[in-house]
Amino acid sequence: MMDGTDRSEIGPEIRPEIRPEIRTESKLESQPEIRSTCPYCGVGCGVFLRADGQGGISVRGDPAHPANSGRLCSKGSALAETVGLGDRLLAPRVNGREASWDDALQLVADRFRTSIAEHGPDSVAIYASGQMLTEDYYLANKLMKGFIGSANIDTNSRLCMASTVAGHRRAFGTDTVPGTYEDLGAADLVVLVGSNLAWCHPVLYQQVLAAKKARGTRIVVIDPRRTASCDAADMHLALAPGSDVALFNRLLAELSAGKMVDQTYLAHTKGFTDALDAARADDVSVTGLSEAEIAQFCDLWMQTEKVVTVFSQGVNQSTSGSDKVNAILNCHLASGRIGRPGMGPLSVTGQPNAMGGREVGGLANMLACHLDLENPDHRAAVRECWNAPTIAEAPGLKAVDMFRAAGDGRIKALWIIHTNPAVSMPEADAVRDAIAACPFTVVSDITMATDTARLADVVLPATAWGEKNGTVTNSDRTISRQRAVLPAPGATRPDWAILAEVGQRMGWPRAFDYQSPSEIFREHAALSGIAARLGRDFDISGLATLDDAGYEQMAPVRWPVNATRRGGRFFAEGQFFHADGKARFVPVRYRSPAAKTEPRYPYRLNTGRVRDQWHTMTRTGLSPRLSAHLAEPFLEVHPEDARRLTLAPSDLVQVQSPTGQAILRARITDAVQPGQVFASMHWTGETAPSARIDALVAAATDPVSGQPESKASVVSVRPYRAAWYGFAVSTARMDPSCSYWARARTGAGYRAEMAGDHRPDDWETEARRLFGLPEAAAVSFQDAGRGLARIALMQDDVLAAALFVAREPVAVMRDYVATLPGTSAPDVLSGRPSADMPDPGPILCSCFGVGVNTILRAIEAQGLVTVDAVGAALQAGTNCGSCQPEIAALLSAAQVREAAE
Amino acid sequence: MKQKLVIIGAGMASGRVIEHLLETCPEAYDITVFNAEPRGNYNRIMLSPVLSGDKTYEEIVTHSDDWYKENAVTCRFGEKVLRIDRQAKQVEGEKGRVAYDKLIVAGGSTPFIIPLPGHDLEGVIAYRDLEDTQRMMTMTKGNRVVVIGGGLLGLEAAAGMAARGAEVTVVHIMGHLMERQLDEAAGYLLKKSLEAKGITVRLSANSKQILGADGRVRALQLEDGTELPCDLLVMAVGIRPNTALAKDAGLAVGRGVHVDDKMVTSDGDVLAVGECVEHDGAIFGLVAPLYDQARVAAQTLLGQEAAFVQKTLSTKLKVTGCDLFSAGDFAGVEGREDIVYRDPARGVYKRLVIEGDRLVGCVMYGDTADGNWFFGLIRDRTSIEEMRDTLIFGPAYQGGAQSDPLSAVAALPPEAENCGCNGIFKGTIVQEIEGGQMRWGAWRPHQVERALPGCPRRAGPLSDLLSVAMADGIIRGQIADYPVTQEGGRSLLDGAALSNRSAA
Repeated sequence: MMDGTDRSEIGPEIRPEIRPEIRTESKLESQPEIRSTCPYCGVGCGVFLRADGQGGISVRGDPAHPANSGRLCSKGSALAETVGLGDRLLAPRVNGREASWDDALQLVADRFRTSIAEHGPDSVAIYASGQMLTEDYYLANKLMKGFIGSANIDTNSRLCMASTVAGHRRAFGTDTVPGTYEDLGAADLVVLVGSNLAWCHPVLYQQVLAAKKARGTRIVVIDPRRTASCDAADMHLALAPGSDVALFNRLLAELSAGKMVDQTYLAHTKGFTDALDAARADDVSVTGLSEAEIAQFCDLWMQTEKVVTVFSQGVNQSTSGSDKVNAILNCHLASGRIGRPGMGPLSVTGQPNAMGGREVGGLANMLACHLDLENPDHRAAVRECWNAPTIAEAPGLKAVDMFRAAGDGRIKALWIIHTNPAVSMPEADAVRDAIAACPFTVVSDITMATDTARLADVVLPATAWGEKNGTVTNSDRTISRQRAVLPAPGATRPDWAILAEVGQRMGWPRAFDYQSPSEIFREHAALSGIAARLGRDFDISGLATLDDAGYEQMAPVRWPVNATRRGGRFFAEGQFFHADGKARFVPVRYRSPAAKTEPRYPYRLNTGRVRDQWHTMTRTGLSPRLSAHLAEPFLEVHPEDARRLTLAPSDLVQVQSPTGQAILRARITDAVQPGQVFASMHWTGETAPSARIDALVAAATDPVSGQPESKASVVSVRPYRAAWYGFAVSTARMDPSCSYWARARTGAGYRAEMAGDHRPDDWETEARRLFGLPEAAAVSFQDAGRGLARIALMQDDVLAAALFVAREPVAVMRDYVATLPGTSAPDVLSGRPSADMPDPGPILCSCFGVGVNTILRAIEAQGLVTVDAVGAALQAGTNCGSCQPEIAALLSAAQVREAAE
Repeated sequence: MKQKLVIIGAGMASGRVIEHLLETCPEAYDITVFNAEPRGNYNRIMLSPVLSGDKTYEEIVTHSDDWYKENAVTCRFGEKVLRIDRQAKQVEGEKGRVAYDKLIVAGGSTPFIIPLPGHDLEGVIAYRDLEDTQRMMTMTKGNRVVVIGGGLLGLEAAAGMAARGAEVTVVHIMGHLMERQLDEAAGYLLKKSLEAKGITVRLSANSKQILGADGRVRALQLEDGTELPCDLLVMAVGIRPNTALAKDAGLAVGRGVHVDDKMVTSDGDVLAVGECVEHDGAIFGLVAPLYDQARVAAQTLLGQEAAFVQKTLSTKLKVTGCDLFSAGDFAGVEGREDIVYRDPARGVYKRLVIEGDRLVGCVMYGDTADGNWFFGLIRDRTSIEEMRDTLIFGPAYQGGAQSDPLSAVAALPPEAENCGCNGIFKGTIVQEIEGGQMRWGAWRPHQVERALPGCPRRAGPLSDLLSVAMADGIIRGQIADYPVTQEGGRSLLDGAALSNRSAA
């Protein structure tokens, strides 16, 4: 029995009173405010958007949206800064030249058809993305599996969620998220496993903090690295990378030893004994944690009934990712803590529509609507629904294999939609080469400025967030509408329309004859009803009859939505989706990461996100505010290792793995453990070509999920001693070409860090070349003895660009200098404000643009002692709250200082 | 009984000697002053503002007739001294002899007149005194003037007459103007701005002869044959110390009258000051050392220990709109390094010459606001090591908030748990401590700042963090040269204990 009867636990319904367009009374603000959904992480926050009538928008959180209740994080708050058309692709391009839609689409259809005719359906592939809307995704999947007849459609969710999908399916029979976000607020213990929730899902983290405040919820972070999420944690278990299975196996054994196993609930399951035997046989010492720490954690978990285990990429991105998921699920199943308020496992996704992609079947090993590719009944049902000429019968190539096949010639035609695999795939250099080598590559994107789009034969200009209509599903199964607030610029088209047109041109005019996304949604909803009758969890058949107006006004709704049920939780009373209705314990054993450290590669490389960037920065990188937080790629190195490597704080490091290399800025911190280093994965050939982190990551994958191990590479690290170091600011985009550079947006234009092996003879000439300003008036500062050179280029008496060069990392006040382009900036070459001007310092609170120095001055001058007081004084930290841990650190540093005095 | 002091020459140096004597010990001497010019002391270096009309003569008089009267100084102005009789300890003027106990020779200098053919024509003058100035002041619209000499004085003369409407050509033998004070780049900028004032500047120009008509100057002819017609020709090509009287009296004389550090000549009762003097091989044309000499001479006369020390000099050109400053030594010498700032569009040029960790010279053009600050650094031999990166931007860019001396850390703001810089800082320091490199005497706040750029609170917190880290090292006995008795160390230990408690 599904837990669908308790209305109080049911998620939000379709509420007719919530209008997607709320016209305000103000005459000045004549544009309507439109409800939509944030396009970043999987939290799926509701936003209100209003066009300003000049191509821009304003953004605020939607107080009525169940995911965020009006809150937004720094990224969501800065969405308005990312909708400009500066970098947009506005017309199709074929072989580097602008082309008509007709020519471009016909070429795509012809080349795919030819390839299929000559080499079979498996010679073509689609690589999609968790950023596509459900309707777009549905059509891509339909085209590939039902009409082309291959399952060669995979998605960047393979890099993100595949292990969770595999773990869910093994345990539950379907890819079902049992709980909801409300559980975070109702829990007494929240365990974050491989999740830096504070930075990656800030709005959910704020819910956890609110619970901590309201009911004393305790927080445990399980992560090799000390992250911002540890700030409010009661316990941080800095376990060895990849050893989560051993830790949760110990917990399972302790649950049994402590008689905490829910015998009644075990009746809904199978395989407990085997799983327990495996767990008992495992060796927890591989975690590197002390027995005391482990015991403390197990006791806390056992003694707290309302426990939510939140897990994310630290679990998934592993060659034992599926086993990690099942090790966690085993503990929740054994204790019966699942599907009830305040308890259960909760996978949080990295992308806005990772869940929607999973629902439509946009993975090479899934069919559609959580139906199984391997099941003939399922295949028949889908084929019939689609009235399709064929149906894929075997799993297609998963991401890693798909690009290998592109590289070795098995894939002849490849369509990449809204993702940047030339950067984000493991062995990114090889993937980049494979895409370049593939005879025919199509890329759908909103910009040409990606490492992948530059390699494509055909680039199709898609509408962007803010211009398109459809639905997304967040991490707790809530389906929300994305709505257009801006007109489609140039010749851009929505993805569903592009896919439908190609489907028609490939010879299936009726199957792809869609007029609107609502039509696709209805078909998807109807198919989910069929899936439900075949015993699947995903059922939104209740929305299959939604008319266009109903779709337009659809409020956020958590699935399932059918005749008898709306939202709620799964599995409180069992009712799993294996044929016998029982869950499966999966016996799992610790396996070490695939790559082993060795003298040549002595360090373990972890990767992850930073607070204010998202994926490969194609959107967040447009925002000056977001780019200010961490403006260049870095490698976190433990102080002990830094000493061994003779690294100073601002040095550059050369990082080498068996598959690639990178140059990054060293950031010496004991947040990482000795022997481990951490780098963020956002930088690309567009923003910092030497920092394409996934070039270092080997393409070792989880045997069950096919997900790559992104967080446990082995590398060597050594200082990179450049002949010169540079810092540059400019109003217009600059194009450095030295061995290390990192470019970021600023309010005044751009900033860049640089370093090179060869000193140019004349820095003024070099500056003119770098900035493309041959005629500008130059102001120069040279101290040849020190190797210092500073060049400012002025146009019409304002600063167009400035370059600062030194033999060591450049000493200037970057955050100040970055504000100067476009002003008269008489003393720009001093690199700092004069003594009587306050320097706000690096931006800490992105939402309100509050600098570190501003906060510190206020702490000192006003005697502030709490994060709340800082917020009251400066607004800092009062929007998304994701900088609150950093503010707290400043406060405690200030307190240490006072004590020292 | 007062001693008799006779002074030959009422110039800026001797005027200052008298002031010192009167201020310090008015009873010591009866003072008699001879002066060939029929007036007392005026501020000769302010003649250029008089020429340009910015000041009047009255405004630059430093000692009026009344002043001499009030202070009972006997003035024998307009009377030339014929000879010094050291044997008799008397000075013989045109109007008679005066006995002295002490004598000061302050005869100044004579402008150098190049002995070109025609140099004695009417209308060929130097630029030395009020008469010269008044002569130049008659040059206005319609007049043509040639100034030979592109040094400080020549350019001030040229600019002054150009400002009065005269058509002025400056003829300079060297490749750039003011070569003793400026480098080529600054000289070029100066030339551009003088040209903008309507002054013609001819560089690397050799004068051949002065052409005249009816005994009056008509034109200057250059070696290449060019004739530069003029109504007045001003030679401003340097000075020569006046040594004739001293030489005749048998005093030791080289280029100037030899003096020792006390400003005493080869005769113990005869002192010399001012432009007539040669001290340690040098002669003096700028006012600052003259004032120093005057102070030393006065002290010597009063029996006080004093010594004249040659110092670095600075120059400021007094030409409106030509903002120029130079100081110290900026010759290109092995081991010297330049810091150069150029902003041609705004006409700004600055060059600092560094030797080791000292500033030894500076040339500034277009923006000289910080000139005196640089001059002070040169004069005081201040170490500029720690401010070198921002030195050229002047005092406004020193102190206060510090520049981020290290690169990327500044771009990486404090991280949650450990203030970022804090962590880095601790790492750096702990590293040093554990590596046995930490020495009590080795760390200074500015080094901390250099080591720890990103720290938002810089000096304050860094010092504190340093204290804590040092204290930790002290507690663990890792700092070898820690002076246990030092009071500062005590408070450090207290601080560390407190911070540890607070951290726990």
